[in-house]
Amino acid sequence: MSILTQESSQQSFLSAFLTAGCDSVAHALRKSFLAAIWFVFLTFPIMVIRVNTIENTVVWRWENMAYIAISIFFGSYIWRWLLARKEIKKDESKEETRFEGLLTQVQTKPVLKYAALGVIALIAIAFPQVVDLYQTNIMVSCLVYVVLGLGLNIVVGLAGLLDLGYVAFYAVGAYAYALCNMHWGLGFWYALPLGAVLGTLLGVLLGFPVLRLRGDYLAIVTLGFGEIIRLVLENWGEVTMGPSGISRIDRPEFFNMKMSIVDSTTYMYYIMIGLVIFTIFFVNRLQNSRIGRAWLALREDEIACQAMGIDKMKTKLLAFALGATWAGMAGVVFAAKTSFINPASFTFWESAIILSIVVIGGMGSIRGVIAGAIILVLLPEYLRDFAEFRMLLFGAIMVLVMVFRPQGLISAKRKIYKYEASNTASAGNE
Amino acid sequence: MNNPVLNVKSVSKDFGGIRALDEADLVVNDKEIVALIGPNGAGKTTFFNCITGIYTPTSGDVLIDPGAKGDALRINGKKPNIVTELGMARTFQNIRLFPSMTALENVMIGMHCRTKSAVWGAISRNKATRAEERAVVERSYELLKLVGLDEFVNELSSNMPYGKQRRLEIARALATDPFLLLLDEPAAGMNPQETLELEELINQIRELFQISIMLIEHDMKMVMSMSDRIYVLEYGRMIAEGTPQEIANNPAVIKAYLGEDDDA
Ligand SMILES: Nc1ncnc2c1ncn2[C@@H]1O[C@H](COP(=O)(O)OP(=O)(O)O)[C@@H](O)[C@H]1O
Ligand SMILES: [Mg+2]
Repeated sequence: MSILTQESSQQSFLSAFLTAGCDSVAHALRKSFLAAIWFVFLTFPIMVIRVNTIENTVVWRWENMAYIAISIFFGSYIWRWLLARKEIKKDESKEETRFEGLLTQVQTKPVLKYAALGVIALIAIAFPQVVDLYQTNIMVSCLVYVVLGLGLNIVVGLAGLLDLGYVAFYAVGAYAYALCNMHWGLGFWYALPLGAVLGTLLGVLLGFPVLRLRGDYLAIVTLGFGEIIRLVLENWGEVTMGPSGISRIDRPEFFNMKMSIVDSTTYMYYIMIGLVIFTIFFVNRLQNSRIGRAWLALREDEIACQAMGIDKMKTKLLAFALGATWAGMAGVVFAAKTSFINPASFTFWESAIILSIVVIGGMGSIRGVIAGAIILVLLPEYLRDFAEFRMLLFGAIMVLVMVFRPQGLISAKRKIYKYEASNTASAGNE
Repeated sequence: MNNPVLNVKSVSKDFGGIRALDEADLVVNDKEIVALIGPNGAGKTTFFNCITGIYTPTSGDVLIDPGAKGDALRINGKKPNIVTELGMARTFQNIRLFPSMTALENVMIGMHCRTKSAVWGAISRNKATRAEERAVVERSYELLKLVGLDEFVNELSSNMPYGKQRRLEIARALATDPFLLLLDEPAAGMNPQETLELEELINQIRELFQISIMLIEHDMKMVMSMSDRIYVLEYGRMIAEGTPQEIANNPAVIKAYLGEDDDA
């Protein structure tokens, strides 16, 4: 790969673009040409040939082949150019991006910080008053995912445990509320702590056997557990109502007042805002504590960590259970919000989305996870018009983020303990 | 007061068909500096791993007696963190610091098992938790100062020079408040000047903390000048034990080292 000096002159930019990470322009052209041929070949059966079954004729759509060849040719050029540019900027990528720099600046200047917080608070409060029911509803979903993401972030981002069955705890919270509500009329506000407690208990129960495993093995076993919970919900008909699910779950009540759909959605929205703030507070404090430090150390070197007297099992279990607590609560909120649940809401796909929120947003970064939830939940919602391409776009975003920003959209910044002459531990913050 | 703080009785360790340790015996007395020497691959690190719970010995007993009071506790099979809590702290031959944590934070991790604030403390940040955190920071800084790393206090451990990293590992081990400090080749990769300073530091640690120290070391000059007693390990067997003079004149030891080039 040629080492390209970073001159801002038009000339070098052009030549950098033309060679696109190859030794010469000719080489680059050949690579793109081969890529184009290869894709034409791959897509030939679906894009070019069309069998008209009514008239029993074959339609050859040569123009599609041309489109593919041209777009892949230029696409591969740009792709390799971006990769080459990333290679050059590697050393700089450790530093903050402009956006992150802005964020830090906002946070370090109290005036700016409070102004920004004020603006966010104002938008958050005014939101349901300004927009319609549909938008508020989407926002509530989004906030549920923020809570789920922040909860999973404790497990994946802080403790470094890859959990692919997170949805199990979410399902348990939702079913706990749905069943208790159906049989005994248990209200939302009692169900919320119940969901949290059940989530924690199940977290400990599942965590105990599986946390002995590491990395990939842990991921596979948690994935299995997630599916087992869903299958139990589906097949244990007498208790869970099976695949048909449970409907007419009560929405949250406000001092026994009956509320219209609009009011109750707005109410739900404010409850979620409260829960999100509480979660942020909780995760932030946890991260900057003795426990948070132990998680970080455990992520860095398990053997050294144990040799320094940290109980690996207990520390991991704590992260697993705390993550599950939040999933349990989010489950209760979900059941109350949709007032209908069935096992289809708790497939592996949910776990995958929540994990994507954490990974794409930025593992261990609270702001990152919030950004991730907003992008991954709101974007598909607003892209309903392009329904067929939604998943494709989703995949494309994932690939792009993983290639160009493996640390996530907003990389994690933790409080670093600093020792200063004034004998106080002070810190930057998240 | 003549009871040993560490008493290892015929400990063996097999890896598949390989016997890395073969009925090794070793005793460390209170406030003693004991060296464990031997050619590369003799099983010295394996010995450390067996007594600190990283490996479970195939057979034999590891007994500790923190106060040297005569009531020994058998610790084979206990987890490493329990062994550390009981008071045996170690460093690693291939440095194992937490690279993205600062020097201060590395030492703070060492204090984890001596502090106890939990989830509620973390969330509420109550008085007790804040006091504990302050104490942890203070103490960690003191330890860093003791090993001469106060200028690196806020430096990422991965950015520190090699020799300093070795010292940081010692500080981190000391933070666990041990009665026995186990050092695995603490002078490896150090120049003669640094080695001399390290020797001074180790002596100082014994005086200050009144603890026992056991070290694995290849630098014979350092071993001879600072240890009270020396054990020699070869092919997993303890072939000799004695004062530096006795070891220097021991025919078996001389024979063991004859074939080797002079690094050991
Ligand atoms: N985890 C392990 N699995 C298999 N063999 C091991 C393991 N650890 C050490 N050994 C073997 O045990 C012997 C002693 O190794 P070690 O204790 O590291 O020697 P030393 O520290 O004295 O140089 C070596 O032959 C080594 O290959
Ligand atoms: Mg060794």
